[in-house]
Amino acid sequence: MIHARNLRKCFGDVVAVDDVSFRAEDGQITGLLGPNGAGKTTTLRMLYTLLKPDSGDMTVDGIDPRREPLAVKRRLGVVPDSRGLYDRLTARENVRYYGELQGLDRVTIDARTNKLAELLGMQDFLERRTEGFSQGQRVKVAIARAMIHDPKTVLLDEPSNGLDVMSTRALRHYLLGLREEGRCVVLSTHIMQEVAALCDRIVIIANGRIAANGSAEELLARSGQHSLEDAFVKLIGSDEGLLA
Amino acid sequence: MMAVFKKELLENLRDRRVVINTLLLGPLAAPLIFVAIIWFTVQQAIDRAEADLELVVVGAEHAPNLVRWLEQRGVVVKDALDDPEQAIREEQEEVILRIPADFHEAWRSGRPAVVEVLTDRSRRYAGTSLGRVEGLLQGYSQQIGHLRLQLRGVTPDLAQALRVQTMDLSTPESRGGLILAFLPYVVLITVFIGAMHMAIDTTSGERERRSLEPLLINPLPRWQIMGGKLLATTAFALATLGLGLIAFTWALKLLPTGHMNMALNLDWKVALTAFILVLPVALLASGLLIILAAFAKSFREAQSYIGLVMFIPMIPSFWILINPSRLETWMTWVPLLSQSILVLEMVRGETIEAIWMLTSFASTSALALLLAIIAGSLYNRPGLIFGDG
Repeated sequence: MIHARNLRKCFGDVVAVDDVSFRAEDGQITGLLGPNGAGKTTTLRMLYTLLKPDSGDMTVDGIDPRREPLAVKRRLGVVPDSRGLYDRLTARENVRYYGELQGLDRVTIDARTNKLAELLGMQDFLERRTEGFSQGQRVKVAIARAMIHDPKTVLLDEPSNGLDVMSTRALRHYLLGLREEGRCVVLSTHIMQEVAALCDRIVIIANGRIAANGSAEELLARSGQHSLEDAFVKLIGSDEGLLA
Repeated sequence: MMAVFKKELLENLRDRRVVINTLLLGPLAAPLIFVAIIWFTVQQAIDRAEADLELVVVGAEHAPNLVRWLEQRGVVVKDALDDPEQAIREEQEEVILRIPADFHEAWRSGRPAVVEVLTDRSRRYAGTSLGRVEGLLQGYSQQIGHLRLQLRGVTPDLAQALRVQTMDLSTPESRGGLILAFLPYVVLITVFIGAMHMAIDTTSGERERRSLEPLLINPLPRWQIMGGKLLATTAFALATLGLGLIAFTWALKLLPTGHMNMALNLDWKVALTAFILVLPVALLASGLLIILAAFAKSFREAQSYIGLVMFIPMIPSFWILINPSRLETWMTWVPLLSQSILVLEMVRGETIEAIWMLTSFASTSALALLLAIIAGSLYNRPGLIFGDG
């Protein structure tokens, strides 16, 4: 469970995130929707402790990332915007490295890697070096790497970026599975269809601020529109930087 | 931390280019080039010293006795040339002896008879021949001079007020040390070269591949992540150093040291001592290069930064070159300089006092640890992670 209250972050004169508050519950998929540059990545980076907010509070399962960054990192599975695999290592070795960094023993790592490979459909390329992998394969490895320590809370930054239709479908299927397991899933995206297909709660961010927050039905009702697409555009104020 | 260390080693050992460049060419090139050069120089010097001395004599008819004397001493006298100066300039001849027409007259009247030796001193290869010609002429002059004094009933010893005897107390080892003077430089540069690739690959390389952000999300204190990278870099530097010393020790055995009347005091024991002595330099170099590389956004940028500091290991050797002074205690406290001087003393066959080793090791380790601590704090700067500031 994630709880963010009045988060604010500036880079020099630029206010990247301003007064962002939202909750992400366990057993739900929460989508951060907004155009490119709206502040989604900065918000996520504050949650996974790589950036410190200038002001505001946040907790992950009741723990403050600023006070106990390591405890929070152990609870989080993160697929950041930069996938950054090691080309000279095989997919399995990439995953194993992160398992070791999480402090897991070799037996646990191997068992979980095999299970994740099965879930994500990675068996064909698990033992190959990641050099030359397709985007879809890279995302799968990045997800397996983030999930190796079986985290309760999962953050994904633009997970479907650059994926083809089949890979996107597989990804959605996997994320819905995570929800079924009762995990707290937060993903950022600028693709409207994605939130519509996946998310229980939608947080719309524009220009670093929360434009709207609620379930799909609530957003429709609030905007007085009939389709989600129209609702988003109305709530954000423009459709610039969004993808249907 | 060990997970980071193991992974960085595994990843870089997988890269064939890295292995060949850093672990093979880096440590092997210098010894091989050095041995080849020395071998060639020695061989040439031997050839020149043993070969017949061919000498063009212009105006041989003016001093037939001198020419005959030269021939008796094995000089192959060649016929005169039209333009001896031209022959020297065009490098047809190394040395030409010219006997002027008034030689006989001066000789007869007991005045010093002038003979001219033509050469071009800037052609260094001419040095050996020139020395032999001058020596022969000096010998002839002395012999005739003595004869003249004896004819007049004077002992030749009167003409010699001093007899200078220089006792060369250098040992074969210390003479060998002259040749090995560049060894400290090669050793230090090997360490830096060994550290260079890993320092770049594990920091700016990680940033360029955009794998730094996910890496730092792992529940590991950031100094430990940096520590693993630093250890891996140091391990590479040490491997290069070890291989370099082994290659050197082995290559020097190929040299014809007997001919050179010197001993190259680089056996396995000296090599091992040198390795221990230079050990902290590996950490020092790794720390310094990692700090530089961590600030760079890309591999190329890091390479250009690091190119600027590659002259650092040269400084001690240059300093010794322009200021050859005796070993003083303060020098053993200066990182890099102390290693240079102590390695030099070792290959000269001098005994190294344990306290010097200790101060050198301690001061260098202290500086290296300081750099390591700075490096360890680097990943607390958000600008270094995302590259946006």
